[in-house]
Amino acid sequence: MVHHGHHLEDLAILPQVLLGLPFILLLVLYMAAIVKTNQTHKPWPIHRTVFLCIGTTLAVISVAGPLAERALMDFRAHMAAHLFLGMLAPLLIVLAAPMTLMLRTLDISKARRITKLLKSRPIGWITNPITAAILNIGGLWLLYTTSLYSLMHEFMWLHVLVHVHIFLAGYLFTVSLIYIDPIHHRNSYLNRAIVLILSLAWHSILAKYLYAHPPVSVPTDEAQTGAMLMYYGGDLVDAAIIFILCWQWYKATKPRAAYTPSTHA
Amino acid sequence: MVANHKEQTNKSRNILSGILFGIGFASFIDEAVFHQLLRWHHFYDKSTTEIGLISDGLFHAFSWFATIGGLFLFADLRRRKALEPLIWWGSILLGAGGFQLYDGTIQHKFMKLHQIRYVDNVFVYDLVWNVIAILMIIAGLALILSPKRRREAS
Repeated sequence: MVHHGHHLEDLAILPQVLLGLPFILLLVLYMAAIVKTNQTHKPWPIHRTVFLCIGTTLAVISVAGPLAERALMDFRAHMAAHLFLGMLAPLLIVLAAPMTLMLRTLDISKARRITKLLKSRPIGWITNPITAAILNIGGLWLLYTTSLYSLMHEFMWLHVLVHVHIFLAGYLFTVSLIYIDPIHHRNSYLNRAIVLILSLAWHSILAKYLYAHPPVSVPTDEAQTGAMLMYYGGDLVDAAIIFILCWQWYKATKPRAAYTPSTHA
Repeated sequence: MVANHKEQTNKSRNILSGILFGIGFASFIDEAVFHQLLRWHHFYDKSTTEIGLISDGLFHAFSWFATIGGLFLFADLRRRKALEPLIWWGSILLGAGGFQLYDGTIQHKFMKLHQIRYVDNVFVYDLVWNVIAILMIIAGLALILSPKRRREAS
């Protein structure tokens, strides 16, 4: 068979460890931070911890273990893993507010240094919704419409690089649209809504395009199922992002006459 | 003067909320009924042009946002006690009818993006589809401009 010819027959242990370990590390650090911060502050909200646990679990199973191995040979499994790693896990981890927890846990001088870094101009550029959207959706177009997708299955380092990019770009994209953690370079709700609509559009267009033009070495029936998974799965996760954005917008435009001072969330 | 201005703002808010939700609702029905249940529409039509694919994707994304955004605007109207049900429902019909007419003329016929159903006498389907769309638009406008509502307002 041509389409499985040169592929890695199974995923070596090294890339699984390289990709999975950072998430496990994140989970451990997050838990340690909660223990520390709960001694001095009011308890860290349970729901944020739950989001982080589910988010890191989804990320790990999409880069290590049976699903990750199957994703090498099967485009449908690849797309499921992609939805987890690039969309759902980033959203859940954003909702876990890791940056807020970190700033709350670190001592003041370190927290100040990090805040200064977050305020810096390069961070401003990269957390701009347009940059984040191009890195995210542009990366996907590059992956599926060039030979990158089949090359990724031949070179281990490329496999690792692509997966790191999928998660980071997904995280950056989510962070740039819904503000859970402190963000210093803020964009208006309307700007973010427009970027979100355009990104969702290009994601759907790519999904339908892949239905008709499978990536190199992917059989037609797998491409069709994978494309529909991408389309409808993307819709679901995007619905959650749209809901949160609109919810924040709704709260921010509370009419002044009805204003009552509320406690911080 | 100020009250008049406020009334005008509230009216356009009602219309915006209704139209957005109407567009979203029509596209949701399109997806659920015609794609998933009846399977009259195809996920991808082999004759789709590139510009058609882009137009479809943009409209899909917009209507997905509009469904949720329209309902938040509805919640906003209620919290401001500014909801005018007749205008809101009329605007839903206007949005849904407008979407269906755009879909039935521009996307189906002009861009040849897809068809309502893949049969020989598709003209009958096109006719029914677009006539329903026009009826929805007329009914929507009638509700928005209804004299009954004017009496209520004054």
